[in-house]
Amino acid sequence: MKFEPGEIGEVLEMLLFRELDIRAVTLSVNTLPAARPRPGDLLPALEEVLEPYLKRLRPAVERVASRLGVRIVTVRLAVSPVSILLEPIGDGAAAVEVARHLDKLAEKYGVDMVGGFSAFVHMGASRGDKALMEALPEALNTTARVAGFLNTASTMTGINLDAVKKAAEIILAMRPHAAARFAVTANLPEDVPFMPGAYHGLGLPDAVVNIAVSGPGVIEAVVRNLPDADVRTLHDAIKRAAFKITRLGELVGREVAKELGVPFGAVDLSVAPSPKVGDSVAAILEAIGLPRVGAPGSVFALALFTDAVKKGGAVAASTIGGLSGAFIPVSEDAVMAKAAAEGALTLDTLKAMTAVCNTGIDMVGIPADASPEAVAALVADVMALAVHLDKPLGVRLVPVPGAKPGDVYDLGGLYGSVAVMDISRYSKIPLMARGGTSPPGVERLKKG
Amino acid sequence: MEMAVVAVLGADRVGIVAGISNVLARHNVNIVDISQTVVRDIFSMIMVVDISKADVDISQLRKELEEEGRRLGVMVGVYHIDVFRYMQRI
Repeated sequence: MKFEPGEIGEVLEMLLFRELDIRAVTLSVNTLPAARPRPGDLLPALEEVLEPYLKRLRPAVERVASRLGVRIVTVRLAVSPVSILLEPIGDGAAAVEVARHLDKLAEKYGVDMVGGFSAFVHMGASRGDKALMEALPEALNTTARVAGFLNTASTMTGINLDAVKKAAEIILAMRPHAAARFAVTANLPEDVPFMPGAYHGLGLPDAVVNIAVSGPGVIEAVVRNLPDADVRTLHDAIKRAAFKITRLGELVGREVAKELGVPFGAVDLSVAPSPKVGDSVAAILEAIGLPRVGAPGSVFALALFTDAVKKGGAVAASTIGGLSGAFIPVSEDAVMAKAAAEGALTLDTLKAMTAVCNTGIDMVGIPADASPEAVAALVADVMALAVHLDKPLGVRLVPVPGAKPGDVYDLGGLYGSVAVMDISRYSKIPLMARGGTSPPGVERLKKG
Repeated sequence: MEMAVVAVLGADRVGIVAGISNVLARHNVNIVDISQTVVRDIFSMIMVVDISKADVDISQLRKELEEEGRRLGVMVGVYHIDVFRYMQRI
């Protein structure tokens, strides 16, 4: 197979100068065999299930990265929803112990994050779910690498407002670094490689490898090179670039799966941004033609980008999975953060953009003394969008103590700086006092 | 055949091709294709090399080429050909 110098040069430019890398290799492991009726037996059983995988995970990822010459930014583990492990025990204290043990194992084996400290409560909470919810603030406040979510809505069953309210209380009881590892979700797929949405789905085999790609800088460069192109030409160019980015994810996924001797799951084709300059999804939207992300035209630009990424990525991957859309986390994207700090982005703009992306309201700072009702109502809005547009969405809010709208709080690393936004001019939202679970929408009927 | 791409970029000077080629020859790595240009005193070279008979693995080869690159004051990248095969071919 012969390559033209231009073809090789194009790939080299992406890898060397456009921040193209693999955001995460996420090994997803079935931890349900560790379920034990006594808390004292659960932790050793969990370790027994995980250790054979953990011992090999980071070395396998490093071998692949080194062989290919490609950066793999984070190595992650996804476990079965911990709420299920808690069903026989039904105790929040045991749940906190599980989180701390997972944190310790992750640190020992060089795993950057563990996802799955989670529960599905979209139609109600079981004994294990309740134990997990009770433990969530302390579990995440006292660990560094554990991530979790509460899935409070589903197209198939509707929106559990009681769980949404509980989730709002949980968010407000978390320290900023803990809240960055927690999301309230709807319709969460079983094979998400991104945190905090990652968990080992019930339909999966004992272990699979899922891949998260990055590389918004590649697409930004492509768009900037076409200043006069019409939107259809632009869409086509983005699609081609997304194809190449996703192919790299496909290659790394196959290689890591081979090294680990587990099946390759899926590539999440969302091009994840980071706070680094030249690694921003919002910068792509601005290159498409916005004075600042958040300006009128933002929903159009995001829709164009998301659609092109999906079409290009779908052809490139043997299986697409996870969220596979566009991520617009406010703090984890330097240009989103800048727009938020300038006041160009509000929660209402983000809600509108949520209609055409797959993140929802992600990594936004709120004052830690925000009204729980207002937080719950904001989450409920996003849940409604997810259910009635029939897609996965989430809310990840970071309560910042003593902060007021307009402040900025630095979380560091991949999390970046969160801009604190005004959550609501109203602190009382009587709707939230009603509670209950809303029935599924007509979208569910279309499915049969 | 197992192939790799060696990319070299930096300020032009005497001995870049010789220095890089020496490391490759020392480890029994055969140069299959080479393309080299100098534009405005910036040296750029892309080599496609066969590493299947090399006496070191690609990681060790990269380490030594990067060391040679530092001595010459140029940037060196080493990538497996699969990266290009996946990204540029369906």
